[in-house]
Amino acid sequence: MVELSALFQGFSVVLTPFNMLLMMIGIVLGVIIGVLPGLGGANGVAILLPLTFAMPPTSAIIMLSCIYWGALFGGAITSVLFNIPGEPWSVATTFDGYPMAQQGRAGEALTAAFTSSFVGAFVAVVMITFLAPMVAKFALRFGPPEFFSVYLLTFCSFIGMGKGSPWKTLASMMLGFALAAVGMDTVTGQLRLIFGFTELMRGFDFLIAVIGLFGIGEILLSMEEGLSFSGKTARINPKVVLETWATLPRYWLTSLRSCLIGCWMGITPGGATPASFMSYGVAKRMSRDGAKFGTGQIEGVVAPETAAHAAGTSALLPMLALGIPGSPTAAVLLGGLLIWGLQPGPLLFVEKQDFVWGLIASMYLGNVAGLLVVLTCVPLFAAILRIPFSIIAPVIVVICAIGAYTVHNAMLDIWLMLLFGVVGYVFKKLDYPLAPLVLALVLGDRAEDSFRQAMLISQGDLSVFFSNALVGSITALALVMLVWPLVSRAIARVRAGTPEIAT
Amino acid sequence: MNEPTHADAQARAGIPARLVEAIVAFLIFALGGLVVYDSHRLGSSWAADGPESGYFPFYVGLLLCISSAIILVRAIARPVMRGELFVTWGPLKLVLTVLVPAIVYVLAVQFVGLYVASAVYITVFMMWLGRYSALRSALVGFGVCASLFVMFEIWFKVPLFKGELDPLSFLGY
Repeated sequence: MVELSALFQGFSVVLTPFNMLLMMIGIVLGVIIGVLPGLGGANGVAILLPLTFAMPPTSAIIMLSCIYWGALFGGAITSVLFNIPGEPWSVATTFDGYPMAQQGRAGEALTAAFTSSFVGAFVAVVMITFLAPMVAKFALRFGPPEFFSVYLLTFCSFIGMGKGSPWKTLASMMLGFALAAVGMDTVTGQLRLIFGFTELMRGFDFLIAVIGLFGIGEILLSMEEGLSFSGKTARINPKVVLETWATLPRYWLTSLRSCLIGCWMGITPGGATPASFMSYGVAKRMSRDGAKFGTGQIEGVVAPETAAHAAGTSALLPMLALGIPGSPTAAVLLGGLLIWGLQPGPLLFVEKQDFVWGLIASMYLGNVAGLLVVLTCVPLFAAILRIPFSIIAPVIVVICAIGAYTVHNAMLDIWLMLLFGVVGYVFKKLDYPLAPLVLALVLGDRAEDSFRQAMLISQGDLSVFFSNALVGSITALALVMLVWPLVSRAIARVRAGTPEIAT
Repeated sequence: MNEPTHADAQARAGIPARLVEAIVAFLIFALGGLVVYDSHRLGSSWAADGPESGYFPFYVGLLLCISSAIILVRAIARPVMRGELFVTWGPLKLVLTVLVPAIVYVLAVQFVGLYVASAVYITVFMMWLGRYSALRSALVGFGVCASLFVMFEIWFKVPLFKGELDPLSFLGY
C-alpha cells in the first residue's frame, strides 16, 4: 500500500487554494473548449501550454490535465443537445443521446453521460494509481533497445489497429518522423533537412502542428458542413439527476465492460474515439434491448461515454510510466513536461514524486469537480453554442494564431499553423489519421535517439532487438501488431474463399 | 424536365476525390524523395563513431516514398473511388470564405501585429459573413482584443507579436 500513502501525499500537494483554483479554471476552460467546434482537448491544451511556462510544473500539469477532463465532459453536452459531437470521441454518444433529447429527456441523457464519464475516468484513475508505479518500476530496467522496441510497439499498433488504410497510417506517421528530424541533429550537431532555410533550424514544433491540424483543420471542416446550431434546451434539476442515478446501477455490466474496453484502448494507443465506438457496438450486441439502440436508450449513452473517458484517462498511464503518450492530448502534456524541464519516463516516479502523485491526485479531484461543474452549469455552456458561427470562427482563428505565436515567439509559426490547418483539412477528408503524425512528431527525436543508442551498443546489428527475452518479446509483439491486418484479412479471405472453391 | 437534373448535377459536381488523393500521395512521395536525398547527402550509413546523421531519416524517407507510391497507384488503378467527390463546389466556397480571410489575416499580423489585425479581422468577418452592423462588429472585435491584451501583456506578461510596423507602440508595451 505504498501507493496509497503516496497518493495521500499527492492530495496534500493538490489541496492548496492556488492549485484548487487552477483546477476549477482548468475544468471550466476545458468544458468551453470541448463545447466549441474547432477547439478540442489536444489543441486547447497546446494553446494554453505557453501560459503555464512561468508556473511551477505541478500546478501547470494540474491545470492542463483539468482542461483535458473538462474537454472530455464538454463533448457530451453538444452531442446530446445539438447532435453535433464537440469532440470525435463523443460521436457515438449522439446515436442515443440526441434521440433522448428529442423526446424531452435531455436532462436524463446528460446526467447519464456525465455520470458514466465520471465512472469511466474514476476506474481508469484507480488503475493508474496502482498499475503505473509497477510499470514504471519494471521499465527502470529498460535500456535503449527496450525503449525503442516499446516505441516500435506503439507505432506498429497504430498501423495494425487503425481502421483506415494502413498505408495512409504509415505515410502520416512517417511524415511526423520526417518533420521531427528537421533541424539540428542532437547527436552530431549537423543540420538536417533545412535546405538552407535557417528559420527551420529550430525544427517543427509539434504544438504548432497540433494547433493547426486540429484547430484550423476542424474549423474548415465544420465550415464545410455548414453549421447551423438548433439545439434542444436542457433543464437539469436535482430530481432528474437523482432519478437517473437510481436507474444507472441497472447497467453495471455495460459500465464494467465499457471500462475494460476503454482502459485497454487507452493504454494501447487506440484512443478514446475507437474505444467509444467499440463499446457502443459491444453494448448493442450484448444488451437485451440491443435492437432498440439508436432510438434513445440510456444504455447507448452509458456505454460510449464510459469507454471514452476510461480511454482518455488511461492514455496518461503510458505517458507517465514510460514517457510514451497514448493519445494526441497526452502527447501535448508530455511536451509540457519537457518544456517544464522534466524528463518523462520511469525515473519520474522516483525523482519527481510530488509531481506524479500530485497529478494522479488531481485526476481524482478534477473528475469530481468536473462532474459537479457540468451538472450545475449545463445551460450556461449550451448558451455558448448559440453564439453565431460568424463570431466564433474568427475568434477561434485568432486564439489559434496567438497560441501558435506564444510557443516560440515566432511569426513563422503562425504561417506554419495555417499550412498545417490546410493539411489537417485535406488529411481528414482523405482519411489519413492525424494521431500517428502528432505522436511521431513528438516522439521522433526520442525514438531516433534510442534507436541509435541501441545500434551503437550492438555496432549496427539489428539482432539487438531480439537479444534478450524482454526486448525480444516486445519486438515480436510489435511485428505481430504490424502485420495483424494482413493476417486477419488472410483468414477472412480463406473463410470467404472456401465456399467459392467448393461450388 | 431538364431543370432538376441539371441542378442535381451541379450539386454533385466538385473536385473528384481520386484527383486529390493522387495529388496528396504525389506530394508525400516528393517529400519522401527530399528526405532521402538530404539524408543521403548527410551520410546515411555507418561512420567510425556510429550511425551518421542521415541514418534514421533515410529509412523514414524511404517508407514515405513506398507508402505514398502505393496510395498513388491505388488511387489511379482502383475503381473504388471513381465518382466519389472530395468536396462539392458549394461547401468548397464556404471553406474558402474561412480560409482566404485567415490567410489575409496572418499576412496582416505580419505587418500590424496580432492585436490590431485580430480586431480588424473579427470586425470584418462579422460584418461580411454574419451581416452584423458595423458598430456591433467593431465592438466585439475591439472587446476581444482588449481582453486578450489585458490577459497576455498585463496579467500573464507574455508579449505578443506587435508587427513590423508596430502601430501600438504608443501603449508602451
